[in-house]
Amino acid sequence: MRENQGTSESRLLRGVHRTLTGLHPALESLLAALVGMAVGAILMRIWGYNPWKAYAALFRGAYGSAFGRASSLARGVPLVFTAMTFAICLRAGMFNIGAEGQVFLGAAAAITVAFFHLPPGLHLIVGLVFAMIAGAAWSIGPALLKVTRGVHEVISTIMFNWIARFLVFFLVVNVLVDPRRAEKTLSIPVSARFPVLVSRTDLSYSIFLAIAFALVIYFVLWHTVVGYEIRAAGLNPTAARYGGINSKRTILLSFILGGIGAGLAGASIVMGQPPTYAMFSGLPMITNTGFDGMAVAMVGRNHPIGILVAAVFFGGLIAGGRTMQIFASTPLEVVRVVTGVIVITMAIPELLRIFPRIKGELVKILALIRKLHQKHASQSEESP
Amino acid sequence: MGISQIGSILIITLHAMVPICLTAVGEIIGETAGLFNIGLEGILLTSAFTGVLGAKAGGAVVGLLVGMGTGAIISLIFSMINTYWKGNQMITGIGINLFALGFVAFGLIVLGSPGFHPVPPEGRLVAIRTPWGRLSPIIFVALVIPFVAHWFLNRTRAGLILKATGESPEAADVAGIRVNLVRLLATTFGGILAGLAGAYISVSWIGSVTKQISAGRGFISLATVVFSGLNPILALLGAFVFGLFESIATWIRNLPAARMIPWQFIAMIPYIVTLLVVAGVIGRVRFPKSLGKPYIRE
Repeated sequence: MRENQGTSESRLLRGVHRTLTGLHPALESLLAALVGMAVGAILMRIWGYNPWKAYAALFRGAYGSAFGRASSLARGVPLVFTAMTFAICLRAGMFNIGAEGQVFLGAAAAITVAFFHLPPGLHLIVGLVFAMIAGAAWSIGPALLKVTRGVHEVISTIMFNWIARFLVFFLVVNVLVDPRRAEKTLSIPVSARFPVLVSRTDLSYSIFLAIAFALVIYFVLWHTVVGYEIRAAGLNPTAARYGGINSKRTILLSFILGGIGAGLAGASIVMGQPPTYAMFSGLPMITNTGFDGMAVAMVGRNHPIGILVAAVFFGGLIAGGRTMQIFASTPLEVVRVVTGVIVITMAIPELLRIFPRIKGELVKILALIRKLHQKHASQSEESP
Repeated sequence: MGISQIGSILIITLHAMVPICLTAVGEIIGETAGLFNIGLEGILLTSAFTGVLGAKAGGAVVGLLVGMGTGAIISLIFSMINTYWKGNQMITGIGINLFALGFVAFGLIVLGSPGFHPVPPEGRLVAIRTPWGRLSPIIFVALVIPFVAHWFLNRTRAGLILKATGESPEAADVAGIRVNLVRLLATTFGGILAGLAGAYISVSWIGSVTKQISAGRGFISLATVVFSGLNPILALLGAFVFGLFESIATWIRNLPAARMIPWQFIAMIPYIVTLLVVAGVIGRVRFPKSLGKPYIRE
């Protein structure tokens, strides 16, 4: 009886210990967000804007109303997909910054469903499949260059991004163009659109696709052999190779999975964002989806659950940035400055160590708990 | 094709060569010491913008200096994070590129002209007149610096220290070299050259700054570094080849016969060439052993 109590208590303590250790990365992400916003504030101050007013407008716009919350979530949806692109490849030990171009291709492929008729639902699925194929196809190039020629993926994916950009510029103006309005492409027909989830907002059912995709990737990475191989190759390539893991296969697989995600990001924008359901020449709505996704992945610690949380934050920054632009007349571009600084800050490992006081406090608490835990463990061992 | 046409293609080639050459040589210095800076694109973009601010305030030379200073500050932050704080070089670089996108777009709005800002005529660097067009004096800097860098890396004690730091930081540490400091200085020097390149693009070459004025040149420079195998003179050659393709793309665009080809496909040429070149040379290139890894004393 006493023994049982002892183990249950020590299990409780172990649980608390684990939660606090688990909070450590979350705290670092939070700190990085604060640093980013502080630098953004300094820049606004230098250039004559009022940072308090700007941030107040931003957060009120992002989370202060039902409309704001819905549009924050809507902005977060494509970021979940592109963050997964970056995260999967980072788990495999590679820096895939090619989501940007794959999003362009995915969106363009989704638009092609406007050329034919299909029953509702099926039409949507066909569009998603097209987008996934396009995204994956565009990611195979850098993957093959990496596998066969050893080309560093950062260089190849950036070049593919630029090529994709010009290719989609061409497609938008010459192939997918709306014959009645030359500045935009054909609109996705009603039968292939995601239904709107909250009326009079641009939040659609695509949010469930994003959540499902994150969960699927979570399952693949942590509960399948393929996922295990991908993570093993990322953690220690040499050990993975000696363990019989085919590194070329993991590279290709992680790039293709990432490409599928980026393609879906493009589809979720054109098929799930009212009112136009189309691309415009110059790609204003689609540009930077891939790059913002990298920030989401970093702050979400490259973990599907973390990414979902981080996407809500960054979706809020982008949605709130628009209200900030209107109500505090501060340019939306501040948000990207903040994003960049957040990513730079996240590059520092053990971020909290640079802020010794916070770290010191945390270490003290952890040590105390560990001590208690050990005491209990030894007591429960001795007690019988 | 007459001599004047060849002359003008050569002049465009030389102009397009300069930013890639300067950035690549700077990056060679940094990579020799062991730091891999993919934030070069961001440095080019930011310093192209600040260079214009400097040129408006005090003339072209001030503009170039401001650009160099900008490069120095950004790469100082980069190298601080990646030496003493053991950060992740890739992620820092990605962050710098994102920051630059926002910073320049924001700055252009503050200047009152979103998307585009011209350099006033009195702020542009004086060009040398030739029969085929104007020639920027920075071209001569870009032609000389690779040779100086080559001499520095292979013939001086400091150059050997740099190589030792990149090749075997443990051994360098034991020999009394302050690994982190050497890496910090090397990368900062690389950042200064990239800053000069960025300011050159806006203040001397194009005469205006836009949100995407760097146009992937930072990454093309990284590809040039790969092509060169960390040899500055080969980097000059590589930069010349990329410049040649850029000017050929411009030339094709103006051909009457090329009206049939959509401009988007011509604009892709430099990026496709970069991919082909990098895919063609890798395998025979050897990089410093510790490239990309932070040095942690055991």
